[in-house]
Amino acid sequence: MRWAVVVFPGSNCDRDAEQAIRLITGDPVDLVWHDADDLSAYDAIVLPGGFSYGDYLRAGAIARFSPVVRAVAREAERGKPVLGICNGFQILTESGLLPGALLANDHLQFRCEIAKLRVETNDSPFTRLYEPGEIIRIPVAHGEGRYHADAEVVEELRRTGRVAFRYVENPNGSVDDIAGILNARRNVLGLMPHPERAVIDWMGSEDGIRMFQSIRAHVEEGLAHA
Amino acid sequence: MREPTPEAIRDQAIYRSLGLTDDEYQLVVEKLGRLPNYVEAGIFGVLWSEHCSYKSSKVHLRKFPTTGPQVLQGPGENAGVVDIGGGVAVAFKMESHNHPSAVEPYQGAATGVGGILRDIFTMGARPIAFLDSLRFGPLDDARTRYLFAQVVAGIGGYGNCVGIPTVGGEVQFSPTYRQNPLVNAMCVGILPANGMVRGEAKGVGNPVFVVGARTGRDGIHGATFASAEDPEEKERSAVQVGDPFLGKLLMEACLELIGTGAVVGIQDMGAAGLTSSSAEMASRAGGGIELVLDRVPVRETGMTPYEMMLSESQERMLVVLERGKEDVAFSIFRRYGLEVADVGRVTDDGMLRLFWRGEVVAEIPVRALVDEAPVYERPVGPPLSPARASIPEPGDLAEAWLRLMRHPNIADKSWVYRQYDTMVRAQTVFGPGMDAALVKVPDLDKAVAMATDGNARYVRLNPRKGGAIAVAEAARNVAAVGAKPLAITNCLNFGNPEKPAVMRQLSDAIDGMAEACRALDTPVVSGNVSLYNESRGQDIDPTPIVGCIGVLDGIARRMPSAPRNAKGLKLVLLGREDDDLDGSLWAEMACGEPVGDAPYLDLAEERRLHDLLQQIAADAAAEAVHDVSEGGIAVAVAEMAIASGFGAAIAAPSGVRAAGWLFSEAQGRAVVAAAPEALARLLDLAERFDVPARVLGEFVDAPYVEVSFADRQIRVSLVDLEEAYRTAIPRLLRQDAVNSRATL
Repeated sequence: MRWAVVVFPGSNCDRDAEQAIRLITGDPVDLVWHDADDLSAYDAIVLPGGFSYGDYLRAGAIARFSPVVRAVAREAERGKPVLGICNGFQILTESGLLPGALLANDHLQFRCEIAKLRVETNDSPFTRLYEPGEIIRIPVAHGEGRYHADAEVVEELRRTGRVAFRYVENPNGSVDDIAGILNARRNVLGLMPHPERAVIDWMGSEDGIRMFQSIRAHVEEGLAHA
Repeated sequence: MREPTPEAIRDQAIYRSLGLTDDEYQLVVEKLGRLPNYVEAGIFGVLWSEHCSYKSSKVHLRKFPTTGPQVLQGPGENAGVVDIGGGVAVAFKMESHNHPSAVEPYQGAATGVGGILRDIFTMGARPIAFLDSLRFGPLDDARTRYLFAQVVAGIGGYGNCVGIPTVGGEVQFSPTYRQNPLVNAMCVGILPANGMVRGEAKGVGNPVFVVGARTGRDGIHGATFASAEDPEEKERSAVQVGDPFLGKLLMEACLELIGTGAVVGIQDMGAAGLTSSSAEMASRAGGGIELVLDRVPVRETGMTPYEMMLSESQERMLVVLERGKEDVAFSIFRRYGLEVADVGRVTDDGMLRLFWRGEVVAEIPVRALVDEAPVYERPVGPPLSPARASIPEPGDLAEAWLRLMRHPNIADKSWVYRQYDTMVRAQTVFGPGMDAALVKVPDLDKAVAMATDGNARYVRLNPRKGGAIAVAEAARNVAAVGAKPLAITNCLNFGNPEKPAVMRQLSDAIDGMAEACRALDTPVVSGNVSLYNESRGQDIDPTPIVGCIGVLDGIARRMPSAPRNAKGLKLVLLGREDDDLDGSLWAEMACGEPVGDAPYLDLAEERRLHDLLQQIAADAAAEAVHDVSEGGIAVAVAEMAIASGFGAAIAAPSGVRAAGWLFSEAQGRAVVAAAPEALARLLDLAERFDVPARVLGEFVDAPYVEVSFADRQIRVSLVDLEEAYRTAIPRLLRQDAVNSRATL
């Protein structure tokens, strides 16, 4: 399988994601510049962390208009797994691929630390190798990570099992402790924590490995059936 | 507005407002053989400023050792470069942004980070880490809390956005910095050992480009402003505003361009902007440079040559390309959406020549600007002799211990570093909270170790010994994580050099630093001097800050500062037993000001300790190593206990003064945690390296830290220690809403 890591001007976790995917899967990974308008050659797409276009207006608010985000939406429509990490999550909500929004942290400060997350579902291409209820440790690093949606949406996410991860100790004031959510079709995941920063022992956690392995297992299974 | 005529500049002494003294103006007239016009006088004013010319410190800086087999590039370039083996080199430098940060703390700190970042990538190095050394007044003052919160936010605001982790540094608080906070930013980058680029304008006829942000009217005369007294008199308009997004694009584009081999020379337009970058690049190449100012992209209409030359607008680079390779550059810059303008060419006549509207508006010999800038041997006052002090013994040792843990210099700094992205790039092996940071070198089983240190209390009491301690402590922290210290950079933050007493501090501190650099084999490869840190005639305590880098060969050899699992581990003191409170933080707390001499230091012993610490890591003879610094053994052991969640029981030798033994800040020491079965090996290694070693005690599965003396025993609850340590800074900050940028 082949992975795309989308690079916006201002992305800064693109190489980290590339490194993690290569290390874990050995698959080919392309860094795809924001002006690309066709991602049909890829089996999985990662929107990495960073500050796309500087994010001076509102995180992800400019990126949603880029050609590559339209291409991402098309591939998501085709059912390909799309993983949005941190700024990637912000872009997914801004572009409407995921519901809700990410607001400034309730304490108004940037926050970087290793966070404990509870895996809420393994019914997704991203989490199939985790146990539901399992506590994993994944770093967070963001200033605008407070997930917000109206009560109906939150209830719907809860009811349909689309909250993928919850914080054990909420670092930013997210509603319902939400750290990551799935779309209705379950092939788009957005999360604030950085799984690509938890893949080697010296990083302090290796709990991110199984997310990339899950995606790979999912895609390989699909390819085998095709 | 009409600019003053050359005659008016002379007759009305307008040159004084441009930063030139009467004598310096006379010298300019001599060098030119005529009266300088306004543009020329302004150019001399900034380049001959203390900030750019180092005119007061130069004769003293020559005392630093700057060479060694590991040194690929010493001082004089945009950054120093050191070989770390395996075909990889490290470029690093520290720079002060004190004066702007005192006026506009968020932007002052942010542009400090942005500026040092550009210094590193212009060497052809990919930046891998930031460290920040910060000094503020006590947090009981509302303005200090505002400065502290905004400086931290500014560092994070720039560093987090450009995607370079902030992995270390330190923060200290003392009344001496109430009016003059210090913001020293360090950047570290890696490059192929044979891939260095210099800031040289070489090759007659090669084109010169301005890349990045447009030139505006911001920061005009920032460099001269940094060389003047009293931040309260300083204007916000002289402070620049940073754009980390543009900084990030510029970094990626420049690194890509350097990779093509088309770059002849490249330099950041930092202090004194276009003036210093063009003159310094021409000077290094021994040639000249011509600029056509009409082609400089500007932000607003009506900008004069004077304003263009002195603007300190951020995120601009001056690039000399190999003729014929322009298209390579254009295509790269276009892809990143960056503006690039051909503004001139390299010449061989040794002149900085500026054209505007078809006329020559300035014509100055480059040598006169850079190489022949005035150098002052300012009067140096009589040496200080440290006074003996009588330091009261605390009545309640346990309470004194908790007071130390609560002191903001010692207390947990996670309030600061949680606001920094410490892990972006996914190469951070050790981030903040360890004795030194460790950042992995991609594709190699190697990491770069880095630490900053500097204790003004010691330097104030004994400038020579205090200067040496700054180097010793930074290197010791690098050795504590198992790495070999290789070289240092520094920021020399001092008061007004026109005062002989300040020059004595500077001269002696440099002597001490130089001695330590020689003893520890850590030459100085880059650095910066910040003088005139004074307010209302009051100078700051002398504050040399040292940034040390080292190399760890083998990630598995990394040595943490606290054990992962402390159960059953022994605690060993490496280095001398000491019970002298001279220069200690406890003495300052007890007496209300720093007293006595600086603490004990012996550079030969220090070197042996550093060598031993590397061997301990290589042999895996310990589980953790933590250096003994502020607060002494008491704080070192408490920090290890808090971090590991285990109690400890240790014993002092007989015949020592209890408070002295607990809180002495004697140098050359470390506390080591080792498994019982590794103990014999550890003690044997210490003996082999001729370092005193004694088993202090052990970690215990109990909620206290206990110290036994011959005549008594003290016990402090681990909960109390941790509460004091972790809550001190958040408590002090909770006094008002400091987080909002609106709280001016």
